[in-house]
Amino acid sequence: MAQKFVPELLGRSDYEIISEIIEPNTRVLDLGCGEGELLAWLAVNKHVDARGVEIMGPRVQQAIARGVSVFHSDIEDALADLPDQAFDYVILSQTLQESRAPLKVLREMLRVGRRAIVAFPNFGHWTVRMAQLFTGRAPKTKLFPHDWFDSPNIHFFTVEDFELLVQAQHWTIEKRIFLAGSRQVKVLPNLLAEVAVFLVRT
Amino acid sequence: MITETQTIQFDSISLDGGMTVAPVDVAYETYGELNAAKSNAILILHAFSGDAHAAGIDKDSGATGWWDNMIGPGKGFDTDKYFVICSNVLSGCRGTSGPSSINPETGCPFAMTFPPVTIPDMVRLQKMLVDHLGIRRLLAVSGGSMGAMQALQWAVAYPDAVAASIPIAGTARHSAQQIAFNEVGRQAIMADPDWNEGNYYGKRPPARGLSVARMVGHITYMSDASMRDKFGRRLRDQDQFEVESYLRYRGSQFVDRFDANSYLYITKAMDYFDLTAGRPSLSAAFEGVKSRFLVISFTSDWLYPSYQSLEVVRALRGRNCDVAYCDLPSTYGHDAFLVHVTEQAELVRGFLASTFRERN
Repeated sequence: MAQKFVPELLGRSDYEIISEIIEPNTRVLDLGCGEGELLAWLAVNKHVDARGVEIMGPRVQQAIARGVSVFHSDIEDALADLPDQAFDYVILSQTLQESRAPLKVLREMLRVGRRAIVAFPNFGHWTVRMAQLFTGRAPKTKLFPHDWFDSPNIHFFTVEDFELLVQAQHWTIEKRIFLAGSRQVKVLPNLLAEVAVFLVRT
Repeated sequence: MITETQTIQFDSISLDGGMTVAPVDVAYETYGELNAAKSNAILILHAFSGDAHAAGIDKDSGATGWWDNMIGPGKGFDTDKYFVICSNVLSGCRGTSGPSSINPETGCPFAMTFPPVTIPDMVRLQKMLVDHLGIRRLLAVSGGSMGAMQALQWAVAYPDAVAASIPIAGTARHSAQQIAFNEVGRQAIMADPDWNEGNYYGKRPPARGLSVARMVGHITYMSDASMRDKFGRRLRDQDQFEVESYLRYRGSQFVDRFDANSYLYITKAMDYFDLTAGRPSLSAAFEGVKSRFLVISFTSDWLYPSYQSLEVVRALRGRNCDVAYCDLPSTYGHDAFLVHVTEQAELVRGFLASTFRERN
């Protein structure tokens, strides 16, 4: 693999995994790219043609000021503009659970890109299960720190749920990586993974 | 930074309308140094009433350039890094040939016999200047309003000569509303008896008409919020609203530096500009483009609303072009690209740096 990603730079372990998955000299679209840290890193270190989409204006400004081509828009509109198979990878990191129509977004990602990289927090993690079981309330954990009434998350799903959806759609999972903190989880991912990263193709 | 407008004369230019202007003068200024590879040149494109004096302090008049807050050492268009060029448009009145220039065949000003000019004609003349300066490929072209139209036209007409295009607060074609405001301005000028079918040179110019046209213009450049902040209902003297006296002042000031016939020619060029003309769609217009784009609009700009910039961005994205787009929050209306420049400068700086890095 090329240069190892520096997690301290971004403080996000899923970014580290994503940066390892992506091959050099490819075309990459990052949906919900924030301030463009990952894309800027990929452009410099892997010479990718990096594009982003971000809805929050100040983040768009930061990303463009960083030299990343970012489109100020919501994800669904941004995908609709693009031609088929325009990218090698389309990344959706920590955002699928916030999408109104997750399946539609995934389908669009696989129309626009040859592969989709999807990272999401695992609602099946044991701490989430325990929190709900013992408090009898909407779970509030390190992974899901928001109160139910002001959470950006509107769909709650697990590693298992995602695998089943991919099966039902007859897509192929090329890679699956499970994380707890920055450590990789090898067994019982649906119970132990805090974050899952999937590389999916049609 | 002390600056001086220079003029270069070319033998002739052929226009879209089939006529030629011969010879043709171009007034321009440059800032910063062209590097040895000639890869750091940026062409700035002025808006309707602008001129070649984009930055610095004019050597003679002491006037500050119209985009001095964007162009200079350490600014958005950093003249420590880039070689910046700005020229007055064809049919203008600030040194480049236009209706107030002398027709060599008659020895009198052209007035309304100056041939009709289009935005592509203006860009063609700019290309002649850039060629003359020995620059094969510009790092970037950028401008606001009418300058944005030219920035798009550059990318479409000369795809190999532009690495990046930065259209700000612009459009690929005027809406009915934009044409309507321009028509009010034109009618105000032509209704002034001093206009005299355009033959007022050496006599009294149509100052009342031109100043009313400019007053209307200024209203469209501001926003409800910016006018409320700036004037409210405040009175000046006994019975005159602050906003009235401001508009009158702006109108009368404009008469001193602008030619009424140029007003007619340039607004017509803007109104007729349409990148989709003769093509099935806007997307088709962008078929051959090779540059990257940074498109900027402002939330309170109702003269060139954000949807017009978005239309351009969507057409470019549909072709998988490299395009960055940001709708910047501002209450300044269309004027934002001239006055509210902090965020705009940051976007431009980062975009230029990455374009320059990729190119070298």
